Amino acid sequence: MTTPRRRSQQDLSVHKRQVENLQRRLLLKEMLSLGALGMLAGCDLQDGDAVDKVLWTMSRWNDRVQAKLFSRTRLAPTYEASRITRPFPFNAFYPEYDAPDIDGAAFRLQLSGKIDDKRAWTLADLRALPQSGQITRHICIEGWSAIGEWRGVAFRTFLERIGADMTARYVGFKCADKYYSSLDMETAMHPQTLLALDFGADPLPAEYGFPLKLRVPTKLGFKNPKHIAEIFVTNDYPGGYWEDQGYNWFSGV
Amino acid sequence: MPVHPLPIRVFHWLNAFAMTCMATSGWAIYNASPLFGFTFPAWATLGGWLGGAVAWHFAAMWLLAGNGLFYLAYGLASGHFRRRFLPLSPSGIMTDLLAALKFRLPHEAGTYNAVQRLLYILVLLLGVLAVASGLAIWKPVQLWWLSAAFGDFATARYVHFLAMAGIVGFVAVHLILVVLVPRSLLPMLTGRHSSSHEVSS
Ligand code: HEM
Repeated sequence: MTTPRRRSQQDLSVHKRQVENLQRRLLLKEMLSLGALGMLAGCDLQDGDAVDKVLWTMSRWNDRVQAKLFSRTRLAPTYEASRITRPFPFNAFYPEYDAPDIDGAAFRLQLSGKIDDKRAWTLADLRALPQSGQITRHICIEGWSAIGEWRGVAFRTFLERIGADMTARYVGFKCADKYYSSLDMETAMHPQTLLALDFGADPLPAEYGFPLKLRVPTKLGFKNPKHIAEIFVTNDYPGGYWEDQGYNWFSGV
Repeated sequence: MPVHPLPIRVFHWLNAFAMTCMATSGWAIYNASPLFGFTFPAWATLGGWLGGAVAWHFAAMWLLAGNGLFYLAYGLASGHFRRRFLPLSPSGIMTDLLAALKFRLPHEAGTYNAVQRLLYILVLLLGVLAVASGLAIWKPVQLWWLSAAFGDFATARYVHFLAMAGIVGFVAVHLILVVLVPRSLLPMLTGRHSSSHEVSS
């Protein structure tokens, strides 16, 4: 098995050099003809070619830069109730009528990973914790933004209550609609990060994430998971539904 | 003395590449949620899908901003800006604008007329505006003061788009002029005049 393989690798390396030379000349020509972009336009993070690798590497670099820029104490701007966007836009990877239909009375929030007390939580348990809220701007990666009001439990309070390992790197979320995402611990502990139960004065409606949504005004919208079914704390990078396809993981604002 | 010193040529072509990436990936991002009643044709966009476009935008921005900073530092420190872009007076602009409209403005490689000087300064400022408004919509919380300088996130987004439109408008005119005066292209590649003009230089 090994010999033919090695021989073909040698042949390949010669070919590779020739192809590389050719490519270099072609690239130069392309640059001059300003046609280079036509060649690059197909690179979209999906097929693992060389340009995709550069884009992924830059995205990891941007994660690090953003973690440095992030301040634990800097608060997202808050707004007057009169600025709230009505109607608030619906957004998900499926149409509105497919939003999961969840029975609040039977609901149990599951906990796993580096957490001392993994007892499941009912909605009544969560409502018994101190409630707070803010009116903040939700910013979507698509470019639109909308101002909304969310209320619930300060996520840091919740993490403390369940004995989460606050020295772990990530908090992950699994959702009832098969969505999943994760946050850095710093952002999870930010004073405005909220385990939201209410949208405005009422419990979250189905389209905005009933029964539980994480509201993170220091992140883009897709890092605000809805219909949360399970929360876990881990040191192993958990990724996310969009993150695994190429959205930048940190995506702070 | 070359018409365009080597650093300027390197800055110019790196910027051309970075700007093209930024504008075409920006158009793809714009298409995901258009600010106005039109979208950009898919063939003119970079990235294939929103995630790809955003990845391009946030990768090429480092090249754009890094190259831009070195260019500004070089231009100021070496006297290049002073020599090429100054002096600039309203009357000089009027005279040269009229001459240009009558197609009587000569092209001298390496010496810019008043209209060119004005446009080059304006597009530099538009570049700074695109970067500043870009940072304001990238980090509206961490760089809240920058966002506030443009109003808020939503208004900064319009400023960012308009800065792009201004730059693209400049590039369109710039390319038309290169087509009209093709001998201006070679010096930006090689630094030298094309041979037929070597004698006069
Ligand atoms: C350091 C420089 C820059 C930064 C940090 C930056 C950042 C951004 C950000 C954060 C967005 C919104 C992305 C989203 O909604 O997911 C954006 C959109 C966009 N950018 Fe930039 N950008 C920069 C430079 C430029 C330049 C130089 C151009 C054009 C020449 C450009 C053109 C655009 C366009 C057309 C959009 C879409 C506008 C919209 O619909 O919101 N950007 N940019």
